[in-house]
Amino acid sequence: MGKSALKDHSIDEDTDIILRTENITKLFPGTVALDQVNYNIYRGKINVLVGENGAGKSTLMKILVGNEKCTKGKVILEGKEINLSSPQDAMNYGISIIYQELDLCPNMSIAENIFLGSEIVNRGVIDKKKQHELAQKLLQRLEQKIDPNTLVSELRVGAQQIVTIVKALSQDARILVMDEPTSALSTSEVETLFRVIYELKEHGITVIYISHKLDEVLQIGDYITVLRDGRLVAEDAVKNINMQWVITKMIGRRLDRLFVSKKHKIGKVLLNVEDLTLPRVGGGYIVNHVSFKLNEGEILGIYGLKGAGRSELLECLIGSNVLATGKIWLEGREINGNILDRIQSGLALVPEDRQRDGLVLTMSVANNIILASLKKLLNHFGLFIESKKETKAVNNLIKELSIKVSDPSSIVDSLSGGNQQKVVVAKGLLTDPKVLMLDEPTRGIDVGAKHEVFEIMQKLATKGYGIIFVSSELKEILAMSDRVLVMSKGVITGKYTKDTATEAQLVNASVDENSIKNGVKHK
Amino acid sequence: MEGSSTTQKKKVHSMTKIDLFQLLLRGRVFLALVVVTVVFALLSPGFLRVANIIIISKHVAINALLGIGMTFVILSGGIDLSVGSIVGLSAMIAGGLIKEGIQLSIFGVIVFPHIWMVIILTLIVGILMGAINGLVITRFKVAPFIATLGMLYVARGLAGLRNNGYTFSNLIGKPEYGNTGFEQLGAGNFLGIDYSIWIMIIFALVAYFVTMRLPFGRHVYAIGGNRRTAELSGVQVNRCETIVYMISGLCAAMVGLIIASQLVAAHPATGTGFELTAIAAVVLGGTSLMGGRGSIFGTVIGAFVIGVLVDGLVVLGFSTFLQNIIKGTVIVAAVVVDQAQLRMQEKIRLQKQELSL
Repeated sequence: MGKSALKDHSIDEDTDIILRTENITKLFPGTVALDQVNYNIYRGKINVLVGENGAGKSTLMKILVGNEKCTKGKVILEGKEINLSSPQDAMNYGISIIYQELDLCPNMSIAENIFLGSEIVNRGVIDKKKQHELAQKLLQRLEQKIDPNTLVSELRVGAQQIVTIVKALSQDARILVMDEPTSALSTSEVETLFRVIYELKEHGITVIYISHKLDEVLQIGDYITVLRDGRLVAEDAVKNINMQWVITKMIGRRLDRLFVSKKHKIGKVLLNVEDLTLPRVGGGYIVNHVSFKLNEGEILGIYGLKGAGRSELLECLIGSNVLATGKIWLEGREINGNILDRIQSGLALVPEDRQRDGLVLTMSVANNIILASLKKLLNHFGLFIESKKETKAVNNLIKELSIKVSDPSSIVDSLSGGNQQKVVVAKGLLTDPKVLMLDEPTRGIDVGAKHEVFEIMQKLATKGYGIIFVSSELKEILAMSDRVLVMSKGVITGKYTKDTATEAQLVNASVDENSIKNGVKHK
Repeated sequence: MEGSSTTQKKKVHSMTKIDLFQLLLRGRVFLALVVVTVVFALLSPGFLRVANIIIISKHVAINALLGIGMTFVILSGGIDLSVGSIVGLSAMIAGGLIKEGIQLSIFGVIVFPHIWMVIILTLIVGILMGAINGLVITRFKVAPFIATLGMLYVARGLAGLRNNGYTFSNLIGKPEYGNTGFEQLGAGNFLGIDYSIWIMIIFALVAYFVTMRLPFGRHVYAIGGNRRTAELSGVQVNRCETIVYMISGLCAAMVGLIIASQLVAAHPATGTGFELTAIAAVVLGGTSLMGGRGSIFGTVIGAFVIGVLVDGLVVLGFSTFLQNIIKGTVIVAAVVVDQAQLRMQEKIRLQKQELSL
């Protein structure tokens, strides 16, 4: 149920709602993505939608633009229930979306992109002149001076985004959804985008604006809605609230119980990395001469923004990138060679994108768990896999990590995100590693599962595993790590211990590549 | 209270119905085989006579053997268009070895290898052709479709070149050369069942074991399901992929030997178009062309469905044209059902979840 959370807002009864959802519920295999959401969108306003990763924002938007069908519930436009079974339907109702990944054809011109799929034709032939004129008019409406004949590939990301907005306008969009529109933009481009958004508002267009950047949201929004774990937890006018309110609503009261902290003994040096370097194609470095040490029983947090080179650093360690150079010692023995050798020497990686890199979705839970350790399960002659050993290993791990699955032979795709993540961790553990590298292990899983992942990390650290924990969530990093490294543009820009690290320090180090500390001199 | 309990009951009831339907869908290849067999048995008395079944099985063996090799390739996410040509090349190699022997010009002698040697050398040639496929695909990053399409032409060309386009006929060998007995492979039998059928059974059992119980088999499934994950899990992707094409080459060479022996002659055009029937058997058997999903068992049954269908239609006097239309329709229908089953599984999972909420 919607609970009483909605009662505390002070929106006038007669405020004009253009679009609303009624008890929208969406199930995905293993998870409830949206749970009876009643979402209001106000006419001609900028409606911002916030929530943590996996809160259900994208799913809700996909339903509104006809990309995904809801399991239950209604979408009501101007007081009438509408049926959205395809993006075309939504477009016909005037609802358009601008995705994080821009869906433009880079090999075609601005005008061609704007009219792609709805070309203006004259006796079956595309009327280029008219398209050009119209495109120019639309661009002018948003005060943009770009030639519609320019190829999209020649535009900067910000300008490309404006082209997508123009494309939506050309299709008579009345409601425009923007999903993280500023994630790839520079500061000046953000300003331009905001001007365009205000322009849209002036023309009476309703905007739904999704973002992680809370300052942005408070600056541009008229109304704010907060989702948490698939539920709508709060809605209010932006003028009535502040940053603290947003954070509290987003994270909820469970924060204090989320993290697991236990004393564990930190032993001798386990992993020693020196001068690890990964050149970028076209000059510069993705990982720039990185050196660090990891001890037994230590959780080493690596913090940084997207694109700081953290995942690539782990890829270099596991050996999946052949261009990497540098030296790695595990328990004093130098490690090189291919991925298989490194896994056998005691490194294990739980990749960031579990569906793309961590799991074979067509295979069963059991087969995924044993995938990296088949050799250990062979019979005496070393010829074939012994099913007894297999069952035992799989069941042990399922129990140890409390993976919720009724039958290990069920397809891994049917599990919830959190349990899928645990399967990837199980696969790593079965290889009997000494160092476990976890890349954003809590991304897209619910709070309960996050807690369990943290518990597992603590348990492993207590057992003497060395753990490298990459995350972009400040609170996680600070609560879980014994030591924190901060990366920015491939360089380690800060090193802190648990006692000295603060949120402000980490954030500063993550954005400032010039404040190189601790003797990393290369640029 | 009462209302809710009856709806609950209703739901439970409908679930079992769905479960049954799902079971039928899962065993659909087998079901299809039963249906075609029963239909032809009713329409043509004597269809189920042992002699007729053996004849059909003999036809099926060729396709099933190619299908077994093809299953490995398709499971790994690839495709092998060259098997038909490798069949032809292998036949010509075997024929040449029997008729002309190996000329060792340095010593000025011609060695006529024993039949066992002929078989082994021919199989090695098949494996080599597969290895070339695999190397081109893994080392030079050529798409499997293109690489094996190239091999389709090259191997066929080599087959023709071997004897300038002529047939090697009368492959019975000569007692004085000690290379007689080749025809036994195609004509002989054990316990009344032809050698070719035994070979199919053995290949199928070994392949089944390999896919289910050897690390290599799991690796093949993993590569087809998600290449990146396989790589990051320490699977030697390139090596596995190469081996997969070598297995396919081996199976093709085996078929080349069987056909040459059955005809007691090797013709360079032997096996033309076989690759497509093999792919059809694999797909009919429920293996996904995207890779990662399917089984050897399914392929063998798929080959039988095609075999029974074709032989049955011949018995009933259908023209080749009609046969082709029916064959094509059945193959596409199989994939349609396959897709439907996938969607249905998804739906049922969600329904069960909704119930458990």
